[in-house]
Amino acid sequence: MKDASATTRMVKTGSGSPLERCARVFSQVLLLMLATVREIFDESAYQRFLAQRQLLSSRAAYALFLREQETRRARQPKCC
Amino acid sequence: MPKPLPMLTWLLIALTGALAVATIAIHRGEQINAIWLVVAAGCTYAIGYRFYSKFISAKVLALDEQRATPSERLENGRDFVPTNKWVVFGHHFAAIAGPGPLVGPVLAAQFGYLPGTLWILTGAVFGGCVQDFVILLFSIRRDGKSLTEMAREEIGPLGGLVAYLAVISIIVILLGVCALVVVNALKSSPWGTFTITMTIPIALLMGIYLRRLRPGKVLETSALGFVLVMLAIWGGQWISQTPSLARCFTLSASTLAMVIILYGFAASALPVWLLLAPRDYLSTFVKLGTIGLLAAGIIVLHPTLHMPALTRFVDGSGPVFAGNVFPFAFITIACGAISGFHSLIASGTTPKLIRNEKEARLVGYGAMLAESMVAIMATIAACVLQPGIYFAINSPAGIVGQSPEAAANTISNWGFPVHALDMQALAQAVGEQTLYNRTGGAPAFAVGMAHIFSNSLGGHSLMAIWYHFAIMFEALFILTVLDAGTRVGRFMVQDALGHVLRPLGRTSWYPSILATSALIVGAWGYFLWQGVKDPLGGINSLWPLFGISNQLLAIVALCVATTIVIKMGRSRYAPVTLAPLAWLVAVTFTASWHKIFDADVRIGFLAHARQLVASHGNARLIFNDRLDAAVTGILVFMIALILIESAIAWLQVLSGRKEARVKESPFVATRFAAEQE
Repeated sequence: MKDASATTRMVKTGSGSPLERCARVFSQVLLLMLATVREIFDESAYQRFLAQRQLLSSRAAYALFLREQETRRARQPKCC
Repeated sequence: MPKPLPMLTWLLIALTGALAVATIAIHRGEQINAIWLVVAAGCTYAIGYRFYSKFISAKVLALDEQRATPSERLENGRDFVPTNKWVVFGHHFAAIAGPGPLVGPVLAAQFGYLPGTLWILTGAVFGGCVQDFVILLFSIRRDGKSLTEMAREEIGPLGGLVAYLAVISIIVILLGVCALVVVNALKSSPWGTFTITMTIPIALLMGIYLRRLRPGKVLETSALGFVLVMLAIWGGQWISQTPSLARCFTLSASTLAMVIILYGFAASALPVWLLLAPRDYLSTFVKLGTIGLLAAGIIVLHPTLHMPALTRFVDGSGPVFAGNVFPFAFITIACGAISGFHSLIASGTTPKLIRNEKEARLVGYGAMLAESMVAIMATIAACVLQPGIYFAINSPAGIVGQSPEAAANTISNWGFPVHALDMQALAQAVGEQTLYNRTGGAPAFAVGMAHIFSNSLGGHSLMAIWYHFAIMFEALFILTVLDAGTRVGRFMVQDALGHVLRPLGRTSWYPSILATSALIVGAWGYFLWQGVKDPLGGINSLWPLFGISNQLLAIVALCVATTIVIKMGRSRYAPVTLAPLAWLVAVTFTASWHKIFDADVRIGFLAHARQLVASHGNARLIFNDRLDAAVTGILVFMIALILIESAIAWLQVLSGRKEARVKESPFVATRFAAEQE
C-alpha cells in the first residue's frame, strides 16, 4: 500500500499555480480514500499476502488467502 | 505566545457552538431546523478534539512519537501492519459503527430531541471518545492485548474473569436485541423480507465472482453486489404487489425469529464462508455509503424537526420504553455517546495497525466523534417525523391499542395528533400494509430517512424505495453483526471450555463447534423469542438490558484505564477517566435498580412478574421477567466486584503499599521517526 504521509508532504511542498495545487490536493485525497476502502475491504491485505508469498493473483492464491483470513476474521467482533 | 488568527478562529467556533447549543436547549414550543444540531455537534466535536484530546495526549497519556508501536516491532504483514493513520481511522470507524447509534437515539427521541442530543454531545466528548482513545493507546503499549487480558494483568484475576463474563453477556444480549430489531422491521413486510432474502443469492454470486472470475477484487465485487441489491429492492415492490408472491414473503414475527435463529446457527457452525464474507463486504459497502448519503442529505436539505425539545414522557410514562429521562436516556443511547463494546475493537485489530503513538488520538478519539455524529443524524431522522407518527410507529399494541383507530385516539390524547387515515396513507406511500406497532427503532428511522430524501431526490414517488433501502441497510448489517457476534461468542466459549476439557477448545473439532454454536445461539435466541412473545413488544424489556450491559462493559474498560493511569504516576489526571466512570456507575446502577425493583409494572421486572402471578398470567412471561431481573442483578454484582477490586488497587498504589508497576512492553525507539527526519 502506498504511504500517504509521503504524498502529503509532497503536496505541502508542491509548487505551481493555485489551481494546480488544488487539483493535486484533490487527487491525493482521492488516493487516500481509495487506500482506506482498499484496506477496509481487504484488498490491501490480499496484495500484502501476494507480496509476502511472492505469488501472482490467481484463484488458488485467493483461496489460500481466504483460508488464512478465515480464523482471524472469525474472531473479530463487530460493534453494535 | 498564541497566534491571534487561530485563537480568533477557535473563539468563533466556540461562540457558534454555544449559540447552536443554546438554540436547541432554549427553544420551546417552536420547531427548529436540524442544522442547529449539526452545527452544535460540529463545533463541540471540533473543540473537544482540538483541546480535550490534545490535553489527554500530552498530560494523561504522554504520547511518545519516538516509541515504536507493535505494528512496527511485530510487523508480519497479516495482523501487525504499519498503516496510514487515515486508513486506520476508516478501518476503525467501519468496525465501531453498527446499528446501535442509529437505533438508540431513535428510541430516546420519545423524550424529545434535547435529552438525547445533549447526552450524545457530552457523552462522546468526555466519555466515549476518552474510553476508546485510552484503551487503544494502552493496548498499543501492550502489543495489542485485549481488554480482558489487560484487566487480568492490571487489575487482577477477578478483573479478568469479570471482564470475560461481561463480554460474553453483552454479546448474547446484544445479539438477541439486534435480532429483535430485524424481526420487528420485517414482520408482515413482504417487500423487506424479499429484499433481505435476496441478499443470500446475491452474496453467493458475489462469492463465486470473487473466487472464480476476479480473485481479490472486493471493491468491484461489492459495487456489483450493491447494484444487484438495488435491483432486489426495486423487485420487492413488484413482489409486494403480487398477492400470490407476497403471501410467500409475508412472515409473522415468530416465523422470522425461527428463521433468524437457524441462520445464526448455520452461520456459526457450517462452513458457509462463500456466503458470509461477501455479505460482510456488501454490508460495509452499503453502511458507509448510506451514512455518507444521510449526512449529505441532512446538510443539503436541513429539514425541520417536528418533535418538541422535551415531551411529557420525561416523567417515565413513555410508550416506547418506560422509565424516567434519568437514567434511562443514558442507557438507551450507548453507541453514539459511550459504548463499552468499542473497547473490544480498540483492543482488537486497530492497535495492531497504528504506525505511531501520536496517531492513536485521531483514530481513538476522532473515530468515536464520527460515530457520535451518526447518532446525531439518527436523532434528526427520528425527530423530523410528526410526533404522532413517531409514536404510532414505535408504540406497542399493548399500550396504544390493537386497532388503528384506537392507537390514533390514544396517541392524539397524549397531545400528539395523528389520524388513522394519515397512517394508512403513509404505510401505502412506503409500500407497507401497516406502520403501527413497528417497535425497535429501525422502521421509524427508515421512515425518517425516506422523509428526508423524498423531499428532494425523486420526490414522493420514491418514498417507498427509500424506506425499503433504509430497512435493507439496517437489516443487512444487523444480520452481519449477528453472524460475526455468534462466531466470536463461540470462539470465546471454546477458549474457556478448552481449559476444562481440551478437545472442546479445538476450534476445528466439529462436536465442539456444534455444541458451542448451539449454546450461544440458544442463549441469544431465547432473548429474541422472549422479545417476540412479549405483549409490550420486547424492546421495553430488552433494549434497557442491552444498554445496561453495554455501559457496564464501559465501566470495566474505564476501571482498567483508571488503574493504568494511576499506576503510571499520573493520578492527578485520573479524573479524566474517573469522571465518566463515576457517571456510568450512577447511571447503570440506578437503571438496574429500577429495572429489577421498581414498583411500576412497566419498569420493574419483579413487579411485572408479581402482577402476572396475581392475575394468573402466562408462566413463561413470569419466568422471563425473573430471568431478566436475575441477569441484570448478576451483571451489576460482577461489575461491583471489579469496581471494588480496582478501588483497592488504586488505594494500595496511592498509599504506597503496592508498587506501581504497569505491564507495558519495553520501550523501543521507532525507526519511522528517523526516516521522517
